[in-house]
Amino acid sequence: MASELLLLDFNFSPFAARVRIALEEKGLEYESREEDLDNKSPLLLEMNPVYKQVPVLIHKGKPISESSIIVQYIDEVWNHKSPLLPSDPYERAHARFWVDYIDKKIYPCGNKLWNLPKGEAQEAAKEELMESFKTLEAELGDKPYLGGNTFNFVDITLIPFYSYFHTFEKLGNLNMVKECPKLVEWGQRCMHKESVSKSVSDPIAVYEAALEIIRDLGF
Amino acid sequence: MAEQVKLFKTWSTPFGLRITWALQLKGISYEAIDEDLSNKSALLLQYNPVYKKVPVLVHNGKPISESLVILEYIDETWKQNPILPEDPLERANARFWAKFSDEKLILSVWSAFTKEGKEREEAMDASLKNLKFVEEELKGKKFFGGEKIGLADIVFGWLGNLLPIFEEVSGLKLLDDRFPSLLAWTKELSELPVVKYNWPPHDKMIIKYQALYEKFHPVK
Repeated sequence: MASELLLLDFNFSPFAARVRIALEEKGLEYESREEDLDNKSPLLLEMNPVYKQVPVLIHKGKPISESSIIVQYIDEVWNHKSPLLPSDPYERAHARFWVDYIDKKIYPCGNKLWNLPKGEAQEAAKEELMESFKTLEAELGDKPYLGGNTFNFVDITLIPFYSYFHTFEKLGNLNMVKECPKLVEWGQRCMHKESVSKSVSDPIAVYEAALEIIRDLGF
Repeated sequence: MAEQVKLFKTWSTPFGLRITWALQLKGISYEAIDEDLSNKSALLLQYNPVYKKVPVLVHNGKPISESLVILEYIDETWKQNPILPEDPLERANARFWAKFSDEKLILSVWSAFTKEGKEREEAMDASLKNLKFVEEELKGKKFFGGEKIGLADIVFGWLGNLLPIFEEVSGLKLLDDRFPSLLAWTKELSELPVVKYNWPPHDKMIIKYQALYEKFHPVK
């Protein structure tokens, strides 16, 4: 029943994309409501008073916030198919560790390529970003997915940032294929999944949005 | 097979203390190893190559890092005295507040402790706002977990010890009668044997954080 699940959404948000992917993986019907982040709806402010951010999943009227928490919630409630986390506690801990790593590193460093002027701080962020991608490349190794043989929570967490590779390359003067060839292959592999290709942003659109931010900030 | 559980921590880390509480609440036997972070052991570097930090839990030779990840692992592996509730919505709520402690509250309080001038004022404002959210979440409850302590209580535990030490050293006033539920909670928490008997030594903490404070606020 579509009215049971409402997602307070934003097309460009990589965090909201994670939730969209999880919902698609589970074959769930839901209503997506696009928020205007410059003019947040009363519902968003009521359902996420602490952060006032998307995504928020509202299930039978009750809100869940924070993308990694939402994805785990979806996995625990609809646990009869398409598990997003492994069942073994050690493997689950392994998955949670890497989800947390991605959250600590990729967006916090990456967004400095458009939210900061060129300079030392941006250079440092760029270096940390590339170090993080190299660490993830090593973690991926020769596995098809970060989750091993199956696409899982860790893949869901990182894949929306595949749409950002083009932006990182243009703004950071980087070459992702040269620096992280396995991650690029992994990204292409994930994009073959319908749940992913339906949910992530278009790389060119992401780049144009970043350029707009840079223009607005006067950098 | 005999279980082998090791906890790498330091004498003062609030993140390691969480794991101590969880292991003791569940009655799990373990070996505690206190690290000297200025001279990290080869084992620590081997077990946590990504961050090289404590705490690290090693269970039958397999390492787990990051305190929130470790707490969930402990809860899933040893089922007695559960830390997380069964209901998925309540679990999501517990995780939300655990994350809030570590991503918002700790950072704003640390900024208030370490910064000066306008930055300090802003950090104080942010800390008070953050504490207000936590106060509202707690209102009317004995613990965040209800009648018994749960994940959020364990994760917010630093408010019962480390925060008063910050206040004592810096003169900042944060957790006071503006937050009656939180104050009552710190008292309830501190009465629990597993908490009472594991606080790091007060005098040693004051010396440590006094020295740290002076580093951030050199006398001109």
